[in-house]
Parts: sequence; structure tokens; C-alpha cells
Amino acid sequence: MQAGTVRITGAGGDEIEAYLAHPLGTAPRGGVVVIHHMPGYDEATKEITRRLAGYGYAAICPNLYSREAPGASPDDAAATARAAGGVPDDRLVGDVDGAAEHLRGLPGSNGRVGVIGYCSGGRQAFLAATRLPLDAAVDCYGAFVVGHPPETFPLAVTPLLDQADRLSCPLLGLFGADDQYPSPAQTDELSAELTRLGKPHEFHTFDGAGHGFFAVDRPGYRPLAATEGWQKVRDFFHRHLDA
Amino acid sequence: MCTYVTVKREVDGSGKGADGWFPVTDTCVYVDHPTHAPYAHTLNIDFLNPAAGPAARVAVELTEESALALVEAIHAALAAAPAGLASRDQRV
Repeated sequence: MQAGTVRITGAGGDEIEAYLAHPLGTAPRGGVVVIHHMPGYDEATKEITRRLAGYGYAAICPNLYSREAPGASPDDAAATARAAGGVPDDRLVGDVDGAAEHLRGLPGSNGRVGVIGYCSGGRQAFLAATRLPLDAAVDCYGAFVVGHPPETFPLAVTPLLDQADRLSCPLLGLFGADDQYPSPAQTDELSAELTRLGKPHEFHTFDGAGHGFFAVDRPGYRPLAATEGWQKVRDFFHRHLDA
Repeated sequence: MCTYVTVKREVDGSGKGADGWFPVTDTCVYVDHPTHAPYAHTLNIDFLNPAAGPAARVAVELTEESALALVEAIHAALAAAPAGLASRDQRV
């Protein structure tokens, strides 16, 4: 495996930082764009990116805070982005598009690209899949796909349920039964809408797990749910990204 | 959860960050995931100077009880001093 920092072209033609990991050699393989959680482009997210390379994919995580805080430590960058109002949806889509194009241009790319996001990135993975031609999307406990965020948040993060008809690819949703953002009722509502629209999806809600159960460096980590969840991610990408 | 709740205030003072003292111009107060405190959620305060860059930041992550105790302590300390002593309009 090779892994390291690269520069890619993001939204608006901006050059942004990204973390790229891929297997050695040029055997045909799919790609995965990793959307980091709100706390930023941190070590844990880079580890996720390397894990996906270990599964055989070229994986890339764009630093969504490249513009506000180039070179800053992840926690400072996340604080700066929060103070500035967060990441606008259109910019997120452009950055994911640029990351996907970078993957498609790598030697060995089979042209298939998926997206996976955690926490706020879960919502953004869903958003990207409604705006971009992708082959698979994984939403890990993304809040506000269904339901409105608090009014005090300075950026309008809007629900996406009314855009579900534009979903371009199969969706895997991984949620915690004890989570309230998104709540099981909200993920049920999303699942029902996707069923109504004929959009392929599979949702799994893990008992005994709340928000952030994949995060090994946080107290919400739930090893059983995370282990099973990772297996579902691997199976899902295998079905949709392998040539 | 990512609460997205952010209460912002302009402030006037100084803070000491990783690179030394700097003028603090803004604060963000929010309840969300901490970076370091061993809890799923905490009351977080960022003391910032956006003009000086992302590293001009003093961050604290407090439990709800700690945050309320701090609010009480701030009121108690101000009440114990003559009114206006620490005001921006104070006589120097």
C-alpha cells in the first residue's frame, strides 16, 4: 500500500489537500471517496482511508477545510470551519467530484467510484450521491438527511429527503439504535421513501450502539457493531465497485 | 450526534494558545463531540482570532456541570470586584 498527501482540484477549480491510499501495482480496482466527520481531516479518518486501501480500493479523503485552514491541525481547522459556518453543500459536492475524478484518473482504475461518510459526512455522502454519478454510497449515522438542524447553526444545513429521487447509486446506511441524530424513526422514514421511489438501499441499525460507533478513539466506540459494520461496508463495495 | 449548534459572540481580551498570547476577538460556544475530553458530548468553547489564523485558538471542553460552575464562578468573580473595574471602558 502507498499512502500520502496529494493535491487535487476541488470545487470551483480550487486546489485542495487530500489523503490518498491505494494498493501497490496497477491491477484493476474501484475507488472510494472518504468524507471526514465534522471534527475534521484527522488521524482516525486517514486510518479509515488506509483501511479501504487494505480492502483493495484506491481511497481518497479530501480535506474539506483546506480553504479555511490550510496546514492547520485538524481540531483547529474544524473549529475555524465551524466558526465560518461549516462546509457549504455545493462546495462539498464539487470537492467530492474532484476527488472522484482523481480516483478515475489513477492507473488501474476500473472507473467505478463509491463514497462513504461519517457523522456530518454521512449526510454529505447522501448529498453527493444525489448530485454526482456514483456507483455506491455509504451513510454512517448522518444526521439531517431527514429532519431539520437547530436554527442557531449559522449555515443552513437542510434536510435532503426531497432529493432522494435523484440518488444515483445503491445506498448502504449504518446506524445506531441509541442514536437520536439520526433517530431510528428518521432512518425508517428515509428507508420508506427510498422504497417508495424504487431506490436500492440496505439499512442496518445496530442495537447497543449510538452515534459514532465506528470511532475507535472516542467513548462511543462499539467494537461488535463496528466489526459487523465494516464487514457490511466491505461486502457492499465488493458488490458495487469491483469490476 | 453532531449538534451543529454554535453560539457565537464577539469578545475583547487575550488568550494564550500554542504559539503564545494573542488578542481574542471571537468565541464559539457549542455542545458537540469533544476532541480530547473522555465524553461523547461536552460544552466546548473556542476563543479565537480568525484574522490570526486557525492556530490562534484556546479550546476548552467541559462537562455540563463544569460549564455551569464556570458560569457561576464568572458571575461571582465579577460581583466581588467593583463594577466596571474590568470593563472595556475602565480607566487605566
